[in-house]
Amino acid sequence: MQPVLKIDNLSVQLPKGADRQHAVENVRLEVLPREILCIVGESGSGKSVTGLSVMGLLPKGQLKPVSGKILLQDENLLEASEERLRDLRCTGMSMIFQEPMTALNPVMRCGDQIDEVLSTHTKLEQKERTQRIIRIMEEVRLPEPERLINAYPHQLSGGQRQRIMIAMALVLEPVLLIADEPTTALDVTTQSSILQLIRDIQHDHQTGVLFITHDFGVVAEIADRVAVMQWGKVVEFGEARQILSDPQHDYTRMLIGAVPSMKPGHREREESSQVVLNTEKLSKTYSERSLFRTTRTVYAAQQVDIELRRGETLGIVGESGSGKTTVARCIVRLIDPTSGEVFLDGNEIGQLRTGQLRPYRKRIQIIFQDPYRSLNPRRIVGDSIIEGATNYGISREDALKRAHSLMELVQLDPNSLDRFPHQFSGGQRQRICIARALTMEPEVLIADEAVSALDVSVQAQVLKLLDDVRRRFNLALLFITHDLRVAAQICDTVAVMSQSKVVEYGLTHDVFSNPRHEYTRSLLDAAPGKDWEFDLSLNTHG
Amino acid sequence: MEVDSAASAAAASRPRTVLQMLVRNSSVWFGGVVLAVMLLTALLAPFMGTIDPSNIDPIYRNKVPGTERMLRLEDGSEVPIKHWMGTDMLGRDVYSRVIYGSQISLVVGLAVAVLSIVVGLVIGLVSGYIRWLDGIVMRIMDGLMAIPAILLAIALMSLFNAGLGTVIFAIFIPEIPRVVRLVRSIVLSIREEPYVESAVSVGTPLPLILIRHVLPNTIAPLIVQGTYICAFAILVEAILSFLGVGIPPEIPTWGNIMAEGRILFQIFPHNLLFPGIFLAITILAVNILGDGLRDTLDPRMAKRLG
Repeated sequence: MQPVLKIDNLSVQLPKGADRQHAVENVRLEVLPREILCIVGESGSGKSVTGLSVMGLLPKGQLKPVSGKILLQDENLLEASEERLRDLRCTGMSMIFQEPMTALNPVMRCGDQIDEVLSTHTKLEQKERTQRIIRIMEEVRLPEPERLINAYPHQLSGGQRQRIMIAMALVLEPVLLIADEPTTALDVTTQSSILQLIRDIQHDHQTGVLFITHDFGVVAEIADRVAVMQWGKVVEFGEARQILSDPQHDYTRMLIGAVPSMKPGHREREESSQVVLNTEKLSKTYSERSLFRTTRTVYAAQQVDIELRRGETLGIVGESGSGKTTVARCIVRLIDPTSGEVFLDGNEIGQLRTGQLRPYRKRIQIIFQDPYRSLNPRRIVGDSIIEGATNYGISREDALKRAHSLMELVQLDPNSLDRFPHQFSGGQRQRICIARALTMEPEVLIADEAVSALDVSVQAQVLKLLDDVRRRFNLALLFITHDLRVAAQICDTVAVMSQSKVVEYGLTHDVFSNPRHEYTRSLLDAAPGKDWEFDLSLNTHG
Repeated sequence: MEVDSAASAAAASRPRTVLQMLVRNSSVWFGGVVLAVMLLTALLAPFMGTIDPSNIDPIYRNKVPGTERMLRLEDGSEVPIKHWMGTDMLGRDVYSRVIYGSQISLVVGLAVAVLSIVVGLVIGLVSGYIRWLDGIVMRIMDGLMAIPAILLAIALMSLFNAGLGTVIFAIFIPEIPRVVRLVRSIVLSIREEPYVESAVSVGTPLPLILIRHVLPNTIAPLIVQGTYICAFAILVEAILSFLGVGIPPEIPTWGNIMAEGRILFQIFPHNLLFPGIFLAITILAVNILGDGLRDTLDPRMAKRLG
């Protein structure tokens, strides 16, 4: 079969002073009609650059293709003029992006945004164009297209916005669709329906798809063929089944081995272990007040009862907006609960005032999601780590000594305490945050999506570190995540949250193997690649 | 794991410190040098070939620039001098008056900038971080903003003696809300940063959080804002003096000189021209310096402007 896209020996140069010479180097790929080719790799592997260079959207003056060919149906895009490329976009090739909120113009009606594509590239009458728009909106399974045509992007949900993006991309039936992490910003249930849609629609339209992702679950779900990229090079290229079950390259083995399994591990539960922290009917509501009356009340968390035992990990799983972070922030008292109680060792701390709270603060510590914003960029990491200890009257020297040994514990060089956060990678920063939390010698450690922003291989290491730390210090760990795979691996018990309530709460093994609530079932069903058991034994080579 | 090589390699090719970046910026250079010359001139006014700026000599009144004459000193001896910028209607040397006048202008500019930033910074930090105070403080600021500097100056003049302090006070009060708003907007976004929240969770007291984690983020925008306030203050001082509600007329300031020169402007334009040129150059230099600082301290802005 004639490939729709053939990338031959492509190299793209990085600006001087970057960490390597080429963003992508000697990349060879081809996408056949009706095929989904997944490019998988960690951040910085050059997968997005590959997609952007096909579209001719590389940032001018920073990235430059220096050799090779990109053939879209035998036409070399690297030699095409700017006008020709503009003609080809949407008619020959289209791209959808990760963030549907920013990819759509917020002040333009959705129908008009699709219409823009049509009026630019075709000479159709207004009436025909409207018909085309409604037809494509039906095809991407948007409800009530006649109404949504006049809606603004903010009136739609994230999944609906991504459907509008797909409609825009496919309305002119291009032969190639480039999807750059199109489901990464979406909730897991939305993600699964969008993946289904992409697969169906490319099949009907005979579109070749270049699908860029970091998630092997998605790969298992959707890919026909896979290209694995590392450091700008394609290290492995082949049939999806083949690569997932029998990866040849060490890097692919390591990546696949790092994907957490959906099967919860077995861990004996000591019934005797003591409850450190529990909440009773913890609720948080936000009310919007106009001058005289309350106009709108939002329930962020309702009647949450959870229990944390020493040495155990409780997971709170749920989609965005389910209230899981609200619960964590109420427990750490970054926000004040509206009602209900939080007991730390039997002492009520949920309603204490700032001054009274001080002795309890050090006993509960939190690690945040974004490693790039959790450390003050202007302070050396040593100062950040010892800040808490010195607040409680420990001398600087003693605190530094403690920081030294904790840096060793989190497997970082203690001599790098005088460096600034920007000199560390994301995973290293998350380790520093763990060390900072541990200097307080807490009893409860809360990890709020602490591994979600990390690459899968780094994620596995940080997860292991968290688990080690829990065991070593006999900590109660509250682990908040949207990722069921991660939850399955680290949690002893899980609480599933949906629409600000805990809908299911039990031992991880029971919840995963025998979900009782309907929402839990749909969540488990939607997990990408759930039918594929990633073989952990592969990890031995990594 | 090794330290992020991408970040450190990129850092190596770029200038390492803010200071190096500032030196590379031509706007900072130009504005800085012109302003430094102005400052030196003001400081060294007595040694710049000037005579007493309030020395009245009716015989030599309204002389055009370049007029030469003999000046009788206090000890009775006579020295030849040249009026580079002519004389005013009382025979005072315009050159000397302009040079001495720059002292007042720069003092007013710097004092207003420093005072409004210090006061605005404190109010802004507290107002941005403590939610219940925010509403009250910001309404007071709205009220302050509604008072025009000129009106306030006239009111203060009628209450107290006219003088440098009154003028500085009158200009700096309406500037405070601008600084407060800037600082508050920065605090509102920084207080949500995880590193501030983790400082809260390790029990750092509020004043320390503000000084350690929030304040450093406001410094760069405040330096930039400070230059604009400085330029504006110099201008307002000149306006107030020109209107006769500022510094008393016996002290030479650019505004005073222009106010007195206004009457005979059509016949002897030099009385207005020279202080005007000095005023324009100073404000231009301060503004260019401000733009340069903004470009280096907030590189996103520079890129957007191309």
